[in-house]
Amino acid sequence: MNGLGIIRGLGVTFKHFFQTYLEDLRAGKGRYFTEEGVQARSRADQKGLFTVQYPEEKLPVPEEFRYNPFLVYDEGPNGEQNLRCTSCGICAKACPPQCIWIVRSDDPVTGRPVPVPAEFYIDIDICMNCGSCAEFCPFDAIKMDHEYEIASYDRIAHHIYDKAKLSKSAQYYATIRPTNAAREDAERAAKEAAKAAKAAERPVRKIGPENAN
Amino acid sequence: MSTEELNTPGMQVPPELQNQVSITTLNRIYNWSRRNSLWPMMFGLACCAIEMICAAAARYDFARFGFEVMRPSPRQADVMIVSGTVTKKMIPQIVRLYNQMPEPKYVIAMGACASGGGPFKEGYNVVSGVDKFIPVDVYIPGCPPTPQALLNGMITLQKKVDNESLKEVRWYKKGASEPIPVPVLGPDLMDPRKFGLIKEESQKMLEQQQMPGTGPAAEEAPAV
Amino acid sequence: MTDSMILTDVSDIAARYPEWITADGRPGYSGYIVAADHLLEFCRMVRDDLDYDLLSMVAGVDYITENMMEVVYYVYKTTGGGALVFKVQTPRDNPVVPSIFPIYPGAELQEREIYDLFGINFEGHPDLRRIFLWEGFAGHPMRKDWKEPYYEEELKPFKSRWPQGHVYRAEDELTPLKDNVQFPAGFDPYDWEAEGEQMLYAQLRKLQNAGDEELKTDRMIVNLGPQHPSTHGVFRMAALIEGEQVVELKPVVGYLHRNHEKIGERNTWQQNMPFTDRLDYISSISNNFGYVLAVEKLMNVKPPERAEYLRVLFAELTRLSNHLMAVGFLLNDLGAYFTPALYGLEERELILDIFEIVTGSRMMCNYMRFGGVVRDLPEGSYEKIRDLAFDRLPRKIDDIDAYLTGNEIVRVRCEGIGVLTAEEAIKYSLTGPNLRASGVPYDIRRADPYSIYDRFDFDVVVRYHGDVYDRYLVRLEEMRQSIRIIQQALKAIPEGPIMTGKSAYQVRVPAGEAYGRVEGPKGELGFYVISNGKGNPYRYHVRAPSFINLHGLAPMSRGGKIADVVVNLGALDIVLGEIDR
Repeated sequence: MNGLGIIRGLGVTFKHFFQTYLEDLRAGKGRYFTEEGVQARSRADQKGLFTVQYPEEKLPVPEEFRYNPFLVYDEGPNGEQNLRCTSCGICAKACPPQCIWIVRSDDPVTGRPVPVPAEFYIDIDICMNCGSCAEFCPFDAIKMDHEYEIASYDRIAHHIYDKAKLSKSAQYYATIRPTNAAREDAERAAKEAAKAAKAAERPVRKIGPENAN
Repeated sequence: MSTEELNTPGMQVPPELQNQVSITTLNRIYNWSRRNSLWPMMFGLACCAIEMICAAAARYDFARFGFEVMRPSPRQADVMIVSGTVTKKMIPQIVRLYNQMPEPKYVIAMGACASGGGPFKEGYNVVSGVDKFIPVDVYIPGCPPTPQALLNGMITLQKKVDNESLKEVRWYKKGASEPIPVPVLGPDLMDPRKFGLIKEESQKMLEQQQMPGTGPAAEEAPAV
Repeated sequence: MTDSMILTDVSDIAARYPEWITADGRPGYSGYIVAADHLLEFCRMVRDDLDYDLLSMVAGVDYITENMMEVVYYVYKTTGGGALVFKVQTPRDNPVVPSIFPIYPGAELQEREIYDLFGINFEGHPDLRRIFLWEGFAGHPMRKDWKEPYYEEELKPFKSRWPQGHVYRAEDELTPLKDNVQFPAGFDPYDWEAEGEQMLYAQLRKLQNAGDEELKTDRMIVNLGPQHPSTHGVFRMAALIEGEQVVELKPVVGYLHRNHEKIGERNTWQQNMPFTDRLDYISSISNNFGYVLAVEKLMNVKPPERAEYLRVLFAELTRLSNHLMAVGFLLNDLGAYFTPALYGLEERELILDIFEIVTGSRMMCNYMRFGGVVRDLPEGSYEKIRDLAFDRLPRKIDDIDAYLTGNEIVRVRCEGIGVLTAEEAIKYSLTGPNLRASGVPYDIRRADPYSIYDRFDFDVVVRYHGDVYDRYLVRLEEMRQSIRIIQQALKAIPEGPIMTGKSAYQVRVPAGEAYGRVEGPKGELGFYVISNGKGNPYRYHVRAPSFINLHGLAPMSRGGKIADVVVNLGALDIVLGEIDR
């Protein structure tokens, strides 16, 4: 009962307290409100002030970070948006809380399904950001977004995302997930090349409709 | 305390007085002082509560915005952050806590569960969004929203406070505001505002069962 | 018990009493089926003669086609080894099973859970009340023929989502009342009298008037929670107190009952994975771990080497982040408001950064798949983990140690508070750090090794006083051991694939039952799954360590001060997502 334990504990807190000022002096300008500063303060060897002063400085989100899903489209030559989605329905089947609704479109003449979604909805009040849809999508068509600043005043009007709200360009995807996008593009190109080679080999055999799912 | 935030645009302050005098409207200074001291209630429900704690802790530190301290008592709180799944067993307490908060009071629905039921929406013990019972000011999607998303939601709430007008706010209106009736736990959750509807529907069900030849209950129905 | 023959194995009992015990011969099942009227006798033999002293799990199963309900028991030896499984069957129309509370008091809350969700009556149970739902709730939800208001289809995926998935909100379309509620036919809400908490208080009132005759003091009932700053969520306790002293205490749970198991039986096997994250939301990766172990047992797949290492690596990082939080918030409950918790959270943030880089989310990691893990370490993350494990965390844990362990106030508040002896801790089925603080060296990583834990060199941390202070010390030391495991794993991790086969969104699992358990940060976390060979689990039950550790709360708190109740709770380290499920 001599209070030495308390004094020792206080020593730890004092060290912690003064370290902030020492570090500020040592690191000089650029410790705050710069990207390098934020990163330096999140490293394993960081000392001193740990606070990230959102919104002036933001903690960068890593590439794999997942928030709500979005649909990827490739831009056509005339600026049209070609969704990669073929409405195969795998994401809707894989979705754990079942928050994805897809209407498959049919060819008005033949009545056969065409590989484009007529409608696509995600109820983000149900979505659990688990990433299953993106993980199991065979066409790299649905991906997880990085955008988290989406607070709103009204959910009834805004929280069921439709096709227009979900669509984002492949360029955007490549900026938020550069390594993933590059890898997937390469894989897809290889697949296309293999397919083309196969088709060239046997030009007589007719290949069935492309919308196999 | 930046004077630019407080000054009414368009009002010319002589340069020599610029850092000493602010010309503002009553609305502006009222909202400015309110938005910078919104104290949340210390009240966590589920997973999102952990992210709320992280937002209060050293790295995100929402005290920087004047969300200064979390108050365990609803009487001292301005904002209720509904952080997590709202269950039927818990909603009577949440409504009671909301009723105990003094005006002006705000509610943030944090995460998918509090907004609309979330991944557990289909469950039998889950309320499909806290706004079924108490009015919500800001919804933050995400499961769970990261601390930065929560901070963004709180800033969104501050913007809402900024745009309020003294003339229109509900707490200066004549007459006391009615407390929200506390739900009752019966065979299922019962909202006192819907008692009539519940009775009607159950009667309809009974009649359907009693109609001859429909359903197994047809034989057991008492012959009156 | 036995006079002529020494029982060494459960098969001896089966051989001796063939009339009431039979081996479970269903394909994929194991264990013994015991006749209900001999259950207590059997339990006594198992505990006293065979030394299966730790009741791990009790689960109910509804076999609707056979018109039968089953209660499954898993018991273990605290000296290590595999499980003894036995089951009791009872007709569905009038399900009654004797309560094993007199022999295994750790069955108390689990039997209440089964009573609540399946409607099985346990004869001889001291306090058989609803636990997650409230008295008066219509029906027993886990029965296979009970349908919730938002019932859409028996199994997922739902047909209404694709190819004609016209969006709707469940409350607008699925129920007549436009809400997640349903009522029995002819129900009149105006006549309803809520029973409320009468049954809970009746239990306490029995003791209220039984005070000391000589010195008459009023005993009163105090409620703590569910909205209370130090109940770690929506936990509630009803305490009977005499002055400052706690006479009796009842935990009241269910305020976060999210129907995990009902939803789990509707989900496909893979769909359950992100839901397990939300059980113990502070340590999501260990939940994944338990679940994949159970399902992999049924599927008979083994993950590749690298995946095993990654699993261990992340499970131990999870344990670290959990214990950092537990230690911080224990101090919070002691009244050291926030600084220790901030120190813990700071380190936790750095661990969460790694989770975010590797799995994509800070808390809901969703990291494991059947036969592997979802993602290899992205570039730069190995170095980050290495820096933490070899440099920062050992230093910071020493800091916390220097900061708190010797602090006289902490010692006065913690030493000798909430004492549980080893016998008591085993009796109440406590597991994890709480059991080890009472002097029982029982750690599943050693007692019944899973994954590749048998390759690592680490100590099972044990302390012997069984008080709050020892629980704190166990957690502190366990963090150091976790770092040791991480360091070894980082050095030994091989290159190679991270998945056996390909991860699929729908897997078929061979019929049978399996119980996968891991040493979670809070104790034994088990998943009991039954497959009928289809794409969805037939039964999915979680043995939640926090829930079962709650048995210890009342014995810890009895006779102590009311202020120590929160400390005891903090030392138990509960998380509500797991208790209520």
